[in-house]
Amino acid sequence: MHLLEGNKLTINFGGLTAVSEVDFYVDKGEILGLIGPNGAGKTTLFNLISASLKPKSGTITFKGQNITGVKPYQVCRLGIARTFQTVKIFGNMTVLDNVRLAALFGDCKQPTEAQATKVALELLEFVGLTTAASLPARGLTLANQKRIEVARALAAQPELLLIDELMAGLNQTEITEAMELVRKIRDKGVTVIMIEHVMKAIMNVCDRIIVLNYGKKIAEGTPQEIANSKIVVEVYLGE
Amino acid sequence: MDFNRINWKKTFITAGIPLIILVVLAFFPLYGWQYGVTLFNHFLLFVILSVAWTIFSGTTGYISLATAAFFGIGIYAAALLYPSVGDRYPLYVVVLIGAGVSFVLAFIVGAITLRLRGIYFAMFTFGLVLFFREIIYWYEITVKGIRGRFVYQDPANVNNNVYYYLLVIMALTMLVAYLIKRSKYGLALQGIGENEEAAAHMGVNITMVKVLTYAVSASFMGAVGAVMATKWVYVDPGVAFNPMMSFSPVLMAIFGGFGSIYGPVIGAVIFSYIEEVLTTANWFGIDWTQFYKVIFGAILVATILFLPSGLVSLIQNVWRRVMGRRRASA
Amino acid sequence: MDLFLNIVLGGLLIGGIYSLVAMGLSLQYGVARVLNIAHGEFLMFGAFITFWLQQNNVDPLLTIVIVGPFMFVVGFVLYRTIFTTIRLKSPNPGVFESNGLLAAFGIYLIVQNIARLVPDWGSTPHSYQYLASAVIIGGAPFQENRLVAAAFAVAVGIIFYIYIGRSRTGKAIRAAAQDASTAALMGVNISNTLALCFGFGAAMAGVAGSLISICYPINTVMGLQYTVIAIVVVTLGGLGSIPGSFIGGFILGVVGTAVSYTKWLGTDLAVPSYYLIFILLLLLRPKGLFGK
Repeated sequence: MHLLEGNKLTINFGGLTAVSEVDFYVDKGEILGLIGPNGAGKTTLFNLISASLKPKSGTITFKGQNITGVKPYQVCRLGIARTFQTVKIFGNMTVLDNVRLAALFGDCKQPTEAQATKVALELLEFVGLTTAASLPARGLTLANQKRIEVARALAAQPELLLIDELMAGLNQTEITEAMELVRKIRDKGVTVIMIEHVMKAIMNVCDRIIVLNYGKKIAEGTPQEIANSKIVVEVYLGE
Repeated sequence: MDFNRINWKKTFITAGIPLIILVVLAFFPLYGWQYGVTLFNHFLLFVILSVAWTIFSGTTGYISLATAAFFGIGIYAAALLYPSVGDRYPLYVVVLIGAGVSFVLAFIVGAITLRLRGIYFAMFTFGLVLFFREIIYWYEITVKGIRGRFVYQDPANVNNNVYYYLLVIMALTMLVAYLIKRSKYGLALQGIGENEEAAAHMGVNITMVKVLTYAVSASFMGAVGAVMATKWVYVDPGVAFNPMMSFSPVLMAIFGGFGSIYGPVIGAVIFSYIEEVLTTANWFGIDWTQFYKVIFGAILVATILFLPSGLVSLIQNVWRRVMGRRRASA
Repeated sequence: MDLFLNIVLGGLLIGGIYSLVAMGLSLQYGVARVLNIAHGEFLMFGAFITFWLQQNNVDPLLTIVIVGPFMFVVGFVLYRTIFTTIRLKSPNPGVFESNGLLAAFGIYLIVQNIARLVPDWGSTPHSYQYLASAVIIGGAPFQENRLVAAAFAVAVGIIFYIYIGRSRTGKAIRAAAQDASTAALMGVNISNTLALCFGFGAAMAGVAGSLISICYPINTVMGLQYTVIAIVVVTLGGLGSIPGSFIGGFILGVVGTAVSYTKWLGTDLAVPSYYLIFILLLLLRPKGLFGK
């Protein structure tokens, strides 16, 4: 049984079909890459999975259970967490509180305040932000704010993590560090789906890749297969 | 970090000082200074309303303009259950009922509007005062033929009675505000205020948190309404549902600054004192009763323009600059 | 049949005025992004200016020529100073919306109480006779002033709608309504355009007030109910849709008149009935008839 499965997912915004009859799956322990030109529907697909949006048709199944149409907070408690393309941290809270909030509410086991603080501190160490714990989150660099988002998402003890463009705006060193982080997350036992434009990261980190274009899935396969696929090259270079 | 030392100092400031103030206030009426008690009643009323308003609107950023509506409900609870003639319930029961009815109504209002964008909430709460006023007006006058009600009052003790009730309600309001702020729900409310979508995706049931918090804040408004009715005695829809009661707490909370619990308190004391002075003054023969409202409106606009974070944050900023940076940045 | 005609026609007549008031609010929120809860106070102000001018023997309908531009200037200046400052200081649109709302709350208090301070205006109702003779339509009598007022209201609405559709400023307004920052990049003077819309909205409120004073008694606290009515109409028509407000006004007018005529409900329940519609809208279809 696949960990997460999407069947014929479709959603329209007015006249524009953002996601059209997309089938996909991800298995436990995989790192699945989601790529495609801008506007292809990648973040919209994430929004469908995390219940920000409701699909016009199609179903989403998580661990065998149909989760289409549940509320966002329920998706989190079921075990799917996400980061956002435009960083949505709580700027006026401390870095620690950002993560603590997720630890307190996202974990269906309802941890106590003390447990949540412990988990939050551990996660800050995991992403390398321990020294920034008591600073207001808005003061951090973009790269670090993205790490807060990752720590926050992990605080909900998810089985599946959706990462949206973790590497956008990072320099070469930061990209390599981020790639390491994603691998560490998988080693922790969390399955990952990542949207990314940085090809080096996708090719090196992912086990499998799905390519979207104009809301449709146009290719699926290993990084090798995708790199050699004529369709994909056309889509990326033929514009 | 020296665990013991920091804990005691903090405990003294957060719990000790307020407790001392509370005890001092409790003994106030025994010194027989009647004007002082009346004045403090005025303060306490607005402290309660402002802090209650801040519990929800100050944290989530959803501006409620319905304070007067819930306050009026409390007044009517007293008018119906604590009348000057006929059977009465004990006053504390009436206050609890006033709080309870306000809680339920606010819960309903929240359930309808807080699933939607904040603008719908603001629009709906703005008209709520008028809605309640007209419905009760229709019911009282058209259906029952009553032109106004009278609430029971024991004239010898009314000031002191009201005072003690208000003191208890204020203590409760501030205690609840503090507990919420310190709890995980306080964190959730702050998260909702900063970025509601992110909070939802982190497992916060944002609708439930908003609706419940709103209902809690409204219950204090209803409670204090029931108490004030015993002071005002004459009650009719126009008296009970007065938009000014929605306006004043907003002004006080914003001027004082709703980041901390004490901001609304400071704002409430300042403006209720100004109101008290201006409504009883007769300088230059001007009718200050209307004029002070113009001034208050102007102050609100000025505050939004120049001091949106309020007085308390201004004081904090000045203090920080005077004291120099204490914390090294990472 | 008589009663039905009374209700429908009477409703349409008051609805015309509701439409005008609502369109003004819709402009202010839809484009200038300010929920102007002081809208009703501008209406009241317009009504009282007409009343005062009428007392000095100016024809009430003629006063519209004065009230309209005057309220426009008031609205424009208020927006250009207060709201533009707030807008420029707000880190995001959500904060601007909240702070704008609060500033409007302050203005509501200021305008209403300045009016109450004016010696003759005070808090008692005032009215005057104008075109009070009855006109028979379909067997039912209607006061001539109500017909004239409704006609004027509709005319102003239509003229404005044409202006928005055809003129260069109208284009700027429509662009700003869709996407203010992009419009600014395209050379539209956003600060002025938004202020223009707010001014137009205030002018509509003032003119509606003048028209109301022709038909009904006025007092300095009449503003609140008209703001609330405008809010319900705007929600019914759809936030951001001016044609929606136009149609919604008539619908609400008919509903209110129907409720007023019902024996055991009466005029007191007109506003609560609007609120019932408001509640139903929020529960079933928050974006109203034509909302985005």
